[in-house]
Amino acid sequence: MSGDALTLTETILEVQNLKTYFSVGKAEGKPLFVKAVDGVSLKVKRGEIMGLVGESGSGKSTLAYTVMGMYPPTEGKIIFQGQDISMPSAKRSLSIKKDLQIVFQDPGSSLNSRQNVRQILELPLRVHKIASKNGLEEKIVQLLKMVELPPNYMHKSPASMGGGERQMISIARALATDPQFVILDEPTSALDVSIQAKIINMLLKLQEEKGLTYLFITHDLSLMRNIATRVAIMYLGKICETAPTEDFFQAPLHPYTRMLLSSIPVVSEEEEELKPKKVVSTGEIPSPVNVPPGCSFHLRCPEKREVCMEVDPEMVEAEPGHFVRCHLYG
Amino acid sequence: MNISVQSKQEVPALSFSVRVKSGVKKNWYKFSRNKLSVVGLIIVLIIVFSAIFAPLIVPYPHHAGKFVDYANAGTAPCAEYWFGTDNFGRDIFSRIIFAFRGALYMAALVLAIAVPIGVFLGLIAGYYQGTFLDTVIMRVTDIFLSVPPLLLALAIAAVLKPNLTNAMIAVTVMWWPWYTRLVYGMATSTRNEYFVKASELIGAGRLHIIFREILPNCLSPIFTKMALDVGWVILIGASLSFVGLGEQPPTPALGQMVSDGTRYMPDLWWMTVFPSLAIAVTILGFNLMGDGIRDMMAKGEYDRE
Repeated sequence: MSGDALTLTETILEVQNLKTYFSVGKAEGKPLFVKAVDGVSLKVKRGEIMGLVGESGSGKSTLAYTVMGMYPPTEGKIIFQGQDISMPSAKRSLSIKKDLQIVFQDPGSSLNSRQNVRQILELPLRVHKIASKNGLEEKIVQLLKMVELPPNYMHKSPASMGGGERQMISIARALATDPQFVILDEPTSALDVSIQAKIINMLLKLQEEKGLTYLFITHDLSLMRNIATRVAIMYLGKICETAPTEDFFQAPLHPYTRMLLSSIPVVSEEEEELKPKKVVSTGEIPSPVNVPPGCSFHLRCPEKREVCMEVDPEMVEAEPGHFVRCHLYG
Repeated sequence: MNISVQSKQEVPALSFSVRVKSGVKKNWYKFSRNKLSVVGLIIVLIIVFSAIFAPLIVPYPHHAGKFVDYANAGTAPCAEYWFGTDNFGRDIFSRIIFAFRGALYMAALVLAIAVPIGVFLGLIAGYYQGTFLDTVIMRVTDIFLSVPPLLLALAIAAVLKPNLTNAMIAVTVMWWPWYTRLVYGMATSTRNEYFVKASELIGAGRLHIIFREILPNCLSPIFTKMALDVGWVILIGASLSFVGLGEQPPTPALGQMVSDGTRYMPDLWWMTVFPSLAIAVTILGFNLMGDGIRDMMAKGEYDRE
């Protein structure tokens, strides 16, 4: 699946130098911040599945929530379909909310257990006036059918359903407004493997049918290899490398990417040989309160140089469409 | 073979049609698992029914009003006067049953006013957490909570004319902050749940978020607290009437009866002991029932359809 096969031309979402800091008190008179997102620039084209990968604590969810307007950005701009949407969600127009939706990670807490499925799915239809009062039931049945659930689920409460079914309801709710762009925040990581596959296939089918654009957040690299058109790697609030999926897995440039790829567990020897280069992963992700000077990855980098400890590298286009933020390629 | 396969396939369809398991049945199961809750419910029902039908069931209904019978004054408990008579010769049993009327009326009205006010303020403060509105509501609540409850009620009741209505006003004024506190805690935690975020991102309005998403998740502790509070409101009401700030004679009130009786202790001990027992049993009944309601409202393994 390479870029030119699809007509990936129009940019649907552009994030420019986005920063989201959280204040966490003071130390020695200076205010301390958690730099959850620290200068991210990203373009997502219409119709693609952009994979956003990173370790726990790398800021990928914060980036998603900032784009959704759940956190106010400290700095930078978010441009969605040509409109500046850097304001919090309460100040965004209904039409932006209609086009931009999110599926959360935990289907247990993203559905109100005091409501039944009908009430849950009714909300987006009523708010955006998608169905008339008489047409509500029919539309809800359609939504359930879309996520392959029988109509009688309408009267069930989320508490009486399994995790996979709940996540399908979450997806149905997000797609009820017929959005253009959907952020999937680790939609399968809380589910067991057999259901994961079902949900992923359903998401892919819906993406094709409705021409959706996904920003797919995950820490599962093998999943990205199978579904994403492009992959971005995030480390400590910054993007290290962005590339079309094929390039990304065959010719990774950033040392961090190589480290991640070689840490994917494989079953057979042949698969092991397919891996680019053996890099032993060392250390833990540092605290985002105390970001190291220079390149934030230099503490764990096997190819560290003098310059890495002092100067933070800029993002460069090492190959066409393949961006990397590392002194090796500067 | 074919037939048996077909009948097997029909099973899911059948079980769907009888799926709507009675909510009443499920709730009763959860309530009655603790037998003490059932005891509480029976006590409460007896008290409520006897209060409603007091004129029909008590042996001497006219003893609840202006009545004196010095010939029978101070009779000890006997077959004719179950709980004895007081210093005016009035039947204590009849007067206790009539006193339940005022006590229950007060509890119902106090909660009917205090709970909606307290819950509404708690929801608003919780929804606007961290804003000026939150600070104002919660600090006022704290001020009310910092004064000992009985003292506050006494002060208010003392300023106003002593009667049942003013006693209720006094108790209502001191009762709402507890609900504000309770709901505030629930609302602030619910507010940050993902399902609330999801509704906001869909574009739901504030009223929907507050009353359809947050409020339903606060209901079970509210109902539990209400059931427990009936007993406590009756106790505070009795305390007020004990010091003469509640229902005025000759209408019977439990606290006032206890207080009158203390002057004749220990000779006419029944004048004090039976009204006191009535207060104790009422509070016990409502507390036991409250525990049952808490069990009933708790979401748990039995909630699956």
